[in-house]
Amino acid sequence: MKHDTLERKAGLLAVLIVIAVSLGGLAEIVPLMFSSDVVEAAEGVSPYPALELEGRDIYIREGCYNCHSQMIRPFRDETERYGPYSLAGESVYDHPFQFGSKRTGPDLARVGGRYSDEWHRMHLINPRDLVPESNMPGFPWLVENTLDPDGTPVKMERLRMVGVPYTDEDIAGASSAVADKTEMDALIAYLQGLGLSSKGRR
Amino acid sequence: MSGFWSIYVIVLVLVTVIGSLWLLQGLSKKRVEDEGEVGTTKHVWDKDLVEYDNPLPRWWLILFWLTVLYSVGYLVVYPGMGSFAGIWGWTQTGQYERELARAEKRYGDIFAAFSGIALTDLAEDPEAVQLGRNLFQNNCATCHGSDARGARGFPNLTDDAWLYGGEPEKIEATITNGRNGVMPALGAAMTEEELNDVVAHVLSLSGRGEPNAKGQEKFGQMCIACHGVDAKGNQLFGAPDLTDDDWLHGSAEADIRDVILNGRSNHMPAQKEALSPDRIRTLVAYVLSLSKS
Repeated sequence: MKHDTLERKAGLLAVLIVIAVSLGGLAEIVPLMFSSDVVEAAEGVSPYPALELEGRDIYIREGCYNCHSQMIRPFRDETERYGPYSLAGESVYDHPFQFGSKRTGPDLARVGGRYSDEWHRMHLINPRDLVPESNMPGFPWLVENTLDPDGTPVKMERLRMVGVPYTDEDIAGASSAVADKTEMDALIAYLQGLGLSSKGRR
Repeated sequence: MSGFWSIYVIVLVLVTVIGSLWLLQGLSKKRVEDEGEVGTTKHVWDKDLVEYDNPLPRWWLILFWLTVLYSVGYLVVYPGMGSFAGIWGWTQTGQYERELARAEKRYGDIFAAFSGIALTDLAEDPEAVQLGRNLFQNNCATCHGSDARGARGFPNLTDDAWLYGGEPEKIEATITNGRNGVMPALGAAMTEEELNDVVAHVLSLSGRGEPNAKGQEKFGQMCIACHGVDAKGNQLFGAPDLTDDDWLHGSAEADIRDVILNGRSNHMPAQKEALSPDRIRTLVAYVLSLSKS
């Protein structure tokens, strides 16, 4: 194939570029989509209960992922601090996943149970009340906002469409599970549930 | 990796390597010493502006060849060709396990040396205390503060007031298994007037204000089960001593009133999942050293 031909036929050039840049992904990503380790839930991992699901949406809305990752890499200095390294099967019900790519704050993949609910409440309202050195912003409005119980079943149904195995009972009970709860309650429930499936694994 | 995906990956890897070689071959034109013989790209701009088609710099081209050569070596020793594990048998988990084993070798002896020493003696060992201090900063300081003085709702560990006991074994149990302290909300169980009396009585216990007989009577009905007849608390439930000047949730009249009205629920998370017993022992040593000084 002559260089000249490539330069003059933009469509052909585009097709060849797409092929060239796809090769890596085709070899590294596509086989994973068919690997049971990646697409099936790890032991002990279940879909988020309604309140935690709402908390997850608040986590995303407030942009927590900008500073907190949820992905413990298999290095000793990470597992010493955060707990067992993350498995792909732990994120199967996350749409989208919250791996993150930057740690201004600590990793949160296994923060569940590390602190008390009250600690989270005070810390989210004003982190410096508890950790004077912290540069995390406060989120005091979460205490004032209540959740919209009508939205929760819809979210769960949509997630079911993409493969999260919510049962009809889960969806039917969703509204009452989040009724009268504040966004703070939901976010704390979400954080306290993070990474619990690894209990006992080290 | 199943047979199909293995072959699929191998084919893609080979396509990439061979494609790179083919591209290189096409670019590796002979060096032309005399500029006059260099052809042009046949691009013409503004009627007479053309571009020489010089070969790529030799050093650059050699680097390109070397990267392709490197990939061959890589694919032999590391996993890359489908399910072929590479002759070194490298795995991510294997590397992690080796890292753990190296660390165990380095730190295991240090902690093992502490295991035979009684906790009270360990608190006198500067090395153990320093190790405990480091662990404290990583695992405990977020609640108890980097100076271990706590915050409202989070106990100060440097004083001698202990909710669950300050003996070494009690502290060890607290860190290992965590604690749940519950003060029930009593707002519904007393009238506004009774509440005022009880608050007055509680204040008088620590020497503030006059004794309140009605408050004392109500206190006797509702509070002594946990806080004791003498109001000195009970470490079995983590019920605090109300006669001293140590107030976890605030000492002001309004704070005490709020605690009685709405209750409190305090939770110290168990650390046994995160920290091994020998590490917890060095933490105990550090905490003991704090309240000693």
